[in-house]
Amino acid sequence: MREPGALPELQPGPPEAGQAGGRPAPSAIRSEAPPRRAPADGRTPNARAWWLVAPVVALVAFNAIVPLMTVVNYSVQETFGDNVFFFEGMKWFREVLGSSRFHQALQRQLLFTGIILLIEVPLGVAIALAMPRRGFWASVCLVLMAMPLLIPWNVVGAMWNLLALPDIGLLGRTLNGMGFDYNYTRQPLAAWATMVGMDVWHWTSLVVLLAYAGLSAIPEAYYQAARIDGASSWAVFRHIQLPKMKRVLLIAVLLRFMDSFMIYTEPVVLTGGGPGNATTLLSIDLVKIALGQFDLGPGAAMSLVYFLIILLLSWIYYTVMTRDGGQ
Amino acid sequence: MRRLTWLVPALYVLFLLVPIYWLLNMSFKSTNEILGSFTLFPREFTLANYRKILTDPTWYGGYLNSLGYVLMNTVLSVATALPAAYAFSRYRFLGDKHLFFWLLTNRMAPPAVFALPFFQLYSAIGLFDTKVAVALAHTLFNVPLAVWILEGFMSSVPKELDETAFVDGYPFWRFFGRIFVPTIASGIGVAAFFCFMFSWVELLLAKTLTSVNAKPIVATMTRTASTSGYELGLLAAAGALTIVPGALVIYFVRNYIAKGFALGRV
Repeated sequence: MREPGALPELQPGPPEAGQAGGRPAPSAIRSEAPPRRAPADGRTPNARAWWLVAPVVALVAFNAIVPLMTVVNYSVQETFGDNVFFFEGMKWFREVLGSSRFHQALQRQLLFTGIILLIEVPLGVAIALAMPRRGFWASVCLVLMAMPLLIPWNVVGAMWNLLALPDIGLLGRTLNGMGFDYNYTRQPLAAWATMVGMDVWHWTSLVVLLAYAGLSAIPEAYYQAARIDGASSWAVFRHIQLPKMKRVLLIAVLLRFMDSFMIYTEPVVLTGGGPGNATTLLSIDLVKIALGQFDLGPGAAMSLVYFLIILLLSWIYYTVMTRDGGQ
Repeated sequence: MRRLTWLVPALYVLFLLVPIYWLLNMSFKSTNEILGSFTLFPREFTLANYRKILTDPTWYGGYLNSLGYVLMNTVLSVATALPAAYAFSRYRFLGDKHLFFWLLTNRMAPPAVFALPFFQLYSAIGLFDTKVAVALAHTLFNVPLAVWILEGFMSSVPKELDETAFVDGYPFWRFFGRIFVPTIASGIGVAAFFCFMFSWVELLLAKTLTSVNAKPIVATMTRTASTSGYELGLLAAAGALTIVPGALVIYFVRNYIAKGFALGRV
């Protein structure tokens, strides 16, 4: 621990001290703030701020850079055990990028992410719009809706497993009772539907809570003005609510994109990637290669390609969305 | 038409509760009853599954391990993120924007990518199968998130607060601890909530980094499910108990949930 006052240089002192005549002001709260010339973004240049971020940088660097370098190392080498490695250059990358197994896993991943974004985002916004704005029922909704987010991911998988079992699960039994032939352990389509249903159950609340937070920040006066103008509810949504929700929806889509692209535990517990390879998403395939078959080289090359795809798509999305917002 | 809007959230909440209800229903049944008959309520109501979990050390030990590393991770993540978020919100320094973005990229790293290297790294430094290893590994995605959330909350605090305190002669760390931290208490609560949440629900890294001594409850569950066949009642009871800490945490932060999920950036 550093003792108090060890970082006096952090104080943006001189201009204010001059204003106050070189003496500390008598009270902590003063009615008049001294005039100051803030930089464009209101932040003070201060190189010593690096000391404040140092612990975080050390912690994350230890956890990110060392393992990432290990992965890079493996991705360019071949091993036959006994810690003997041979340099292989780009061989594994060519192999991964050219393999139909990777292409199929990537296609399944993109399909899954696309489907759940198309369902969860509109559904979440619709629910947030219909929710009570304040009061007892708003709190009840918020607490109940947050529940799925705090259930461990394998429990979510196990829960849906128990729910969807064709013979003893509520959902499976009901569907079969209604005359549908439903067995998610044998039918790829049923497995997909169950997996999507599980993700909608698990994560729509995140979109709801974010959209709700955006809506709560709209002053009542906006609605009054709209009512005086005789605006339709669509016009209110299009010109008042949607613009106010834009920032939080941007975060919601980004989080849902990233997390659905990394999804592993829930589908593994629910379907184990099957039937066949029907629900083998990227993470599941990667764990099969790296930890199951212990193919270090291909596994590492696939890891890097996978990570880069997420980074690239997130960056494109974020850049496009914020550029349009700025104009 | 307007009168019926309450139906939308009501139906959604109902949809959320159905799987939870089914889990609870199964957890109060014996395995025989689960496999033998299909009933909406347990006919022979039993607490045997819960009794087994709360008396068998391999089961309740898993809960204690999980809570242990989750709490360690939450404290570590928030404590290191606080000064860093302050720096990002108040100062300009060399490489600040790049650093912030680099931190966030770690939130985008799939745990599956890091599973194997983490196993080797933590084995090499002798931390394998300890709660510390899992707590440290989870900082990979929790620290960037905590910095992001706290930075949002701090930036909404007027800069005048800092300047006034410095003019009054407060040293930096005393201002930070006595004035600034209490001001953003709700932001710290929200950040802690998110750290708790993501550490509590994560399985892949927690399972990879432990074997016996620090085995988390989620790993105990998956292994039991695969080894002892169809002990569904026990599995359901264990699952139901993992919902409890989350429900308690939600109850405590219920007033900040909406703002918290917007990460302080509405």
